[in-house]
Amino acid sequence: MTIHRRRLLGTAAALPAACLAAPAIAQGEPLRIGMITTLSGPGAALGADIRDGFTLVVKNAGGRLGGLPVEVVVADDGLRPENGRAIAERMVRRDRIQVLTGIVFSNVLLAVAPVVLGPATYISANAGPSQLAGEGCHPSYFNVAWQNDNLHEAVGQYVTQANVRRAFILAPNYPAGRDALTGFKRFYRGEVVSETYTRLDQLDYAAELAAIRAANPEAVYIFLPGGLGINFIKQYAAAGLRGRIPLYGPGFSFDQDVLPAVGDDALGCFNSSQWALDLPVPANRQFVDTFEAEYRRLPSLYASQGYDAALLIGSAIAATRGRIGDRDAFNAAVRRAEFPSVRGSFRFGNNNHPIQTIYMREVVKDARARVVNRTIGTAFENHVDAYAAQCRLPA
Amino acid sequence: MTALLLVEQTLNGLQFGVMLFMIAAGLTLIFGIMDVINLAHGSLYMAGAFVGATVTARTGSFGLGVLAGAAAGALLALVMELAVIRRLYARDHLDQVLATYALILTFNEGVKVLWGPAPIFLAAPPPLAGTVEVLPGVPYPAYRLVVIVVGLAAALFLGWLIGRTRLGMRIRAGTTNRETVEALGVDIGVLFALVFAIGGALAGLAGVMAGPVLAVQVGMGEQILILAFVVIVVGGLGSVRGAFAGALLVGLADTWARAFLPVLMRGLLPPAAADQVAANLGSVAVYLLMAVVLAVRPQGLFPRHA
Repeated sequence: MTIHRRRLLGTAAALPAACLAAPAIAQGEPLRIGMITTLSGPGAALGADIRDGFTLVVKNAGGRLGGLPVEVVVADDGLRPENGRAIAERMVRRDRIQVLTGIVFSNVLLAVAPVVLGPATYISANAGPSQLAGEGCHPSYFNVAWQNDNLHEAVGQYVTQANVRRAFILAPNYPAGRDALTGFKRFYRGEVVSETYTRLDQLDYAAELAAIRAANPEAVYIFLPGGLGINFIKQYAAAGLRGRIPLYGPGFSFDQDVLPAVGDDALGCFNSSQWALDLPVPANRQFVDTFEAEYRRLPSLYASQGYDAALLIGSAIAATRGRIGDRDAFNAAVRRAEFPSVRGSFRFGNNNHPIQTIYMREVVKDARARVVNRTIGTAFENHVDAYAAQCRLPA
Repeated sequence: MTALLLVEQTLNGLQFGVMLFMIAAGLTLIFGIMDVINLAHGSLYMAGAFVGATVTARTGSFGLGVLAGAAAGALLALVMELAVIRRLYARDHLDQVLATYALILTFNEGVKVLWGPAPIFLAAPPPLAGTVEVLPGVPYPAYRLVVIVVGLAAALFLGWLIGRTRLGMRIRAGTTNRETVEALGVDIGVLFALVFAIGGALAGLAGVMAGPVLAVQVGMGEQILILAFVVIVVGGLGSVRGAFAGALLVGLADTWARAFLPVLMRGLLPPAAADQVAANLGSVAVYLLMAVVLAVRPQGLFPRHA
């Protein structure tokens, strides 16, 4: 198992202005933040984006978060829950790391949560399983991205508003796939002409595409993460269905980790996200510009979530003056969410999940002929997730 | 309507089948002749896709990309054979599995270093991006037809190579009795390297041909490798003809099951249950096929010693 250590303090040397401005007082050891994320295998691009978004904040501040020097300890879970758990045990029990973040996938997070929550605070920058949003909510667990169902619910709501009466919905046959379609149906009021479940390792969708053509619905909704989505979108376009039957999905299938690989085949598809490249928020402009300058690619929603997680942690470090070991005080500071989110205003609900606006986006070509998302509308404003009512944390 | 759907789904199954054949052919030859289990065969497919996509992007020519993909597969296979596999011939299968699994990890990391973790772009050339009407009322993606043609051409070429040439004769002899071939003065080292290169070229070709249909990403080789192993077990280890029959059977079974099981089940069960049963049965159709073939013909459809 590999541990990538990034001594971000080192980057401060590259910023003489920051060094000169900083008072020369002995700060002792930097605060350590644990980042467990997926950096190998097919999900590696998502983890890399979360990591890069997070470390961008630290780099921009000359190796600091909330005014204090930090060290981000990055480890790769390889999308394996048992790996994630072993890393978490080492970070929390041996290295006494008190703030963790970074996990991409819900199954890894569910294995890690029992180890981390309590001795440390966990800020989720992606995974938002229902188990941690309802009765199982926890005062040391925060999700800065979304609850897993949110983006699916948003499309269900949007197509209902758009008067879609017949929808064909499709997802892989595994728990997150079934949850996704349940989330969609929670807000969709029209008829579901087919609810199709495909194999999680399926490569070819020709059979399903023929069924879609035969059913001739008014909209197709897919939840196919990563490579599955790329396969489907390419084959949907090749089958001549793009432009004939509108294709919808959550932002995961249509963001900057996927769009460069799909190209024109994704044009005209609709998707939901709590964030967009073109959101007219000053913090977002700064995020997109500095991200592109640093990494020479456009950020994805995952990168925006990593960036917000770092800003949120920074705000709590500043509020507690670096006393991140005082669990109650630190959690209370996180919960106030006093940070300039790339989404504009940001607040937590009673279950430490965001209450937020979810936008609809369309895949278009920008002025530089890159395939990107353009915001076209709003599906929800101040949306509260479906499990918040079951959480008994004090409001 | 049903007849048209049957035609379309059969074409889909055929297309998926020939794609599987291009990967399985090399795998079965390598196993049949050298008795090596090469788990890293999927890496050759991945290499073909990445090199093909890069060359296509640089030159703007998909044709050049296809040639480069096949060449990359052959070259990498040769390097793999010379550097690693050559040391494994005398070892048992467990050592081979361990070593070639290590190769998978190495190649996946290597691709990530060279191309980054995100999937990369490869599309069909514009003239092939649309659909053609194969029968009135059946629009079919033009590119998939090209895949079928290329796959069948690869099968014919391989059939000719194995069945009609001196090299093919040696390869066939090698699958049946390696020691005798060696005793007759054939340089077995050169023969093995050649077989590896042919298998690698086919896998590379499959990778780049799959690019416009599937995601070009790290780990793409392992997804298809599992099905390729099913194909060679169904077809009979070491037999190219078996790989062809097995690939078409697996391709058709997989596509037909997903296309027609939901319709069939809806006639028997209430809709919600029917969808669930069809989804679950559809996902195991290929493995059911393998189980049935193994029960009836444990050596596969075309065993090499028959």
